[in-house]
Amino acid sequence: MSQYQVVLSGVTKTYARQHAVNNVDMQLKAGECVALAGHNGAGKSTIIKLVLGLIHPTRGKVELLGNDVSSRAAAQVRAQIGYLPETVALHPSLTGAETLAFYARLKKQPLANNHALLSRVGIAQAAKRRVGTYSKGMRQRLALAQALLGKPQVLLFDEPTTGLDPASRQMFYEIVSELRNQGSTVLLSTHALAELDGQADRIIVMKNGHKIADGSMSELRQQSGLPIRIRIALTPGSESAGKLPTAWRKHNESAYELHCSEHDKVQAICSLGNINGINNIEIHTPSLDDMYAHFLRREDV
Amino acid sequence: MNAVFIITGKEIRDGMRNRWVLATTVLLAMLALSLGFMGSSPTGAVKVDPLTVTVVSLSSLSIFLIPLIAMLLSYDAIVGEVDRGTMALLLSYPVARWQVVIGKFLGHLFILALATIFGYGLAGITLQLVHGTVNTSAWEPFVFLIIASILLGASFLSMGYLISTLVRERATAAGIAIGVWLFFVVIFDMALLGVLVADTQQTLTASVVNTVLLFNPADVYRLLNLTGYENISMYAGMAGLSEQINMGRQVLMVVQLLWIVIPFALAIFFFRKKQI
Repeated sequence: MSQYQVVLSGVTKTYARQHAVNNVDMQLKAGECVALAGHNGAGKSTIIKLVLGLIHPTRGKVELLGNDVSSRAAAQVRAQIGYLPETVALHPSLTGAETLAFYARLKKQPLANNHALLSRVGIAQAAKRRVGTYSKGMRQRLALAQALLGKPQVLLFDEPTTGLDPASRQMFYEIVSELRNQGSTVLLSTHALAELDGQADRIIVMKNGHKIADGSMSELRQQSGLPIRIRIALTPGSESAGKLPTAWRKHNESAYELHCSEHDKVQAICSLGNINGINNIEIHTPSLDDMYAHFLRREDV
Repeated sequence: MNAVFIITGKEIRDGMRNRWVLATTVLLAMLALSLGFMGSSPTGAVKVDPLTVTVVSLSSLSIFLIPLIAMLLSYDAIVGEVDRGTMALLLSYPVARWQVVIGKFLGHLFILALATIFGYGLAGITLQLVHGTVNTSAWEPFVFLIIASILLGASFLSMGYLISTLVRERATAAGIAIGVWLFFVVIFDMALLGVLVADTQQTLTASVVNTVLLFNPADVYRLLNLTGYENISMYAGMAGLSEQINMGRQVLMVVQLLWIVIPFALAIFFFRKKQI
């Protein structure tokens, strides 16, 4: 078995006219949390469905835990998978506990753990109510609970945090980091990039079915070449402004600003070492949203 | 527990919860009762068990109603779940696609069978109690009517599943299901009648017509019920006909089973290829 839990090699998926996914390569290791970022229709959901074997690639190969997903063995491999669909659809006439019991039986898991799982996602008190009466957030939590059944090795979350309140969102990312520490692979798609900071080991940016960037947060920052902005405030009336390297530009009366690359960042700060009267240093690194917007723009050219 | 039965169990529970079982049982019981009471007025003179007359009228009405109920149950079975997204979730579990289709089908068949047995059965018992004559010989065709009705329902269920697998939109599935129902229940017989009337040269022999009838599960059902028992065929006005029909009950049963198996096998075949 390869060291990768999920491998996509040269995968293309074509619907009637358009390429939903175009020649994408992707490898996910155990214990890795990878975020799939992209605009609506960028191919995020399609990739997740390909990994699940719900759809078959037009070209290329998708491997899941060492098995081709279109093979017969894949049906049994799916016992090792947790999936949280984009639109949470559960059967409204069943209660929360019955829903979880139904899915636990399908995964051949003992029902004894179900209550603990419902408490873990915070809906134990509503377990005996019908899912039809649940709020959107509660349904999302129940769907998360079914994805966690049987401690899966690979978890696929399709836009898991849309429609969740901040507390639920936090709970969700706590669970994700717990899963990652246990050695599960987590692939989650999102377009709310800001909340990924510190959660994802790696981010894959998709655009119109193409993979346009892949790497950790700081790697992406380097790839994007977006400048880091360093701003210093000097004591008013200080003479040291003249000693600043010429690259520093005056922002206002006492503040100066420098745009530099990730690469030159440390050197730029060191060069301030012999300058007196610095009141404050602010370092503004490009946010995920900045980078993302940049990647999308760059491809447009 | 096998995945098929887990899915069947869930489907039955769904049917109980959303009152499908209750509604169809009450509908079928009311129908059987009203036909039994109204139909029994002419039997006063001839001393025929009310159940026998009921079988005749009930089989004519079941031909319309049972396929309709089956279609309503099944047209949404696959396309509806795909549309709502529950199918994607279900297929992310260690379940083979054929298990999903068979499991759901068995659940729907159970719902239909339960409604038919209880609805018709209760009505049958009531009729006999009211008339005070418990005639066991009249029960045989009545029980057979129930079995044949379930088989008829199963054949339309399996056609409904095939439709539900092939289309992408729920509305399309509903439209096609009603169309198919109308074709087999109304249009087929009218067209056949029209052809027979127009056929002044009598080129269509009885055996040709017999064979043609086998291409409609509703007609197979009619033949099974109305020609199977001498008493019944007399009251149905089919006594002369049943001599012409030399197909045994076994042949008719096999044909009806084929009407269940073939569309259903096709449904499984297409569902396995379907992109969700």
